[in-house]
Amino acid sequence: MDDLYRAEILEHYRHPHNFGTLDAPDVVQEGSNPLCGDRLTLMLAIDPDGQVERVAFTGRGCAISQASASMLTDRIRGLPLVDVAKIGRQDVLDELGIEISPARLKCALLSVDTLRRALEDRVAWEAPTAEEAPVE
Amino acid sequence: MTLTSKPVAADSPVSGAGAGVAGAAHDLDPEAIRADFPLFERDFGGRTLAYLDSAATSLKPRAVLDAVDGYNRRFTANVHRGIYTTGEEATGAYEAARAKVARFIGAPSAHEIVFVRNATEAINLVAYSWGRRNIGRGDTIVLTELEHHSNLVPWQLLVQEKDADLEFVSIDDQGRLVLDTYEALLRTHPKLVAFTHVSNGLGTINPVRRMADMAHEAGALVLIDGAQAVPHLPVHVGDLGADFYAFSGHKTLGPTGSGVLWARRELLDAMPPFMGGGEMIREVHLRSTEWNDVPWKFEAGTPDVAAEIGLGAAADYLGGIGMDRVRAHEAQLTTYALEMLPREVPEITIYGPRDVAEHAGVVTFNLPGIHPHDVATLLDREAVAVRAGHHCTQPLHERIGEAATARASFNVYSTSGDLDRLATGLRHVIAVFGA
Repeated sequence: MDDLYRAEILEHYRHPHNFGTLDAPDVVQEGSNPLCGDRLTLMLAIDPDGQVERVAFTGRGCAISQASASMLTDRIRGLPLVDVAKIGRQDVLDELGIEISPARLKCALLSVDTLRRALEDRVAWEAPTAEEAPVE
Repeated sequence: MTLTSKPVAADSPVSGAGAGVAGAAHDLDPEAIRADFPLFERDFGGRTLAYLDSAATSLKPRAVLDAVDGYNRRFTANVHRGIYTTGEEATGAYEAARAKVARFIGAPSAHEIVFVRNATEAINLVAYSWGRRNIGRGDTIVLTELEHHSNLVPWQLLVQEKDADLEFVSIDDQGRLVLDTYEALLRTHPKLVAFTHVSNGLGTINPVRRMADMAHEAGALVLIDGAQAVPHLPVHVGDLGADFYAFSGHKTLGPTGSGVLWARRELLDAMPPFMGGGEMIREVHLRSTEWNDVPWKFEAGTPDVAAEIGLGAAADYLGGIGMDRVRAHEAQLTTYALEMLPREVPEITIYGPRDVAEHAGVVTFNLPGIHPHDVATLLDREAVAVRAGHHCTQPLHERIGEAATARASFNVYSTSGDLDRLATGLRHVIAVFGA
């Protein structure tokens, strides 16, 4: 077995959590990886208290991008937007817990970059933006 | 696994148009060839790199590296300027490279060889210079569904500016052009037809000679994107019937930054310059300029002298092997890949023509339920380098219904051993994913 594709990543890839669409989403955001043509559509329903009430995503992509979206949507479901705004790129990489080569960073970060764009009018992001946060 | 298992006919004629599995009097010795490429001396975890991404760029033989090094170490100087020893040596080597390239692709004259950075720049040059003068409102340019973005986007820019139209020749399920649709499109009297000689996405070898003849009968000029043909097939631009022919030096064993536009002399003479600056002028006054002769009219500013000298060495290197033998070698590898991969990796889907006579050394594939990015990452851990993505052919990928594919592509230094390592790697990928 390859440590890069550890069991948890593959499990998320085969059976992604929160995969699908929402009825009456408050926010719909598309993201894409121009290098490979992979696409991600993220849907969010925000409750009146400013919490992520429901979240779903669709799209197709590699194991890393799909697992990353699956884990990230798990993480933000039920979370107040003020806490969502604290999630940075490094948090996503830490949760994936595998070594990501520079060429695959865009795959790993497609979901969080799409989330950031989805909410950019609603929250003040605390974590640095994609452009200003070089990843080790 | 040896490469000499399938002798090929010695007397089969080979031309650039749809050259098949033919033409080699003697199989080349891949181990001797590999000894010329220093990258194979590098250790990748106890093994060499199985480099299967030659359609993206080729490895460079020592002869090319030495030519570049010679210019940089022994006779660095600008070209067409210095009245001193190294200046004249540099100019001599640069113009000698042009003559070598002309001979290599069968151009009637070295004056018809314009040095550019790559095939993309060559096509942009034609779109900008010839296109802006000759394409007007309502005119049609015919392209194909196979095109690399470099033979699509420059024409999109042109027709947007000129309010002209693009039409596309469709492909069949094996990625071959449907010539009936081509014939129908030619009846609309397009000004220009632009198509790839060999598809970088599927490996399809197009019947370029026939297509050029059909276009000329309909009164259209013909541009051929030869980026995937010149490195792999005998190409004789004079025999192809093209009006413009573009290719990249860096895919042809040459350095990055080297590339060529060939065009018929009278077309180049009539075309306005692409960029203005030094080198491309004969006389400059404050408000007017007289252009230099071709090809220098199109080479504004200091060119990539080192790279083009390197390309000249690459042309000599490939010419010394013989492009008929290069094609025969790659056709053997393609035959082997199309037979062996489905046997060793039954899950695989391979795209492109099934007949090797119309399939160059590009094998595009997918594994079910496994994204090609993951395939490429896991293969990299076995020191097997393949391309994953859309290969700069997004419309083609829309047409075949896949967002992305994996691609193994060959060159003269590729061996069946590389393909065996690919097959072993793919079985490992399938094991990891539990498919």
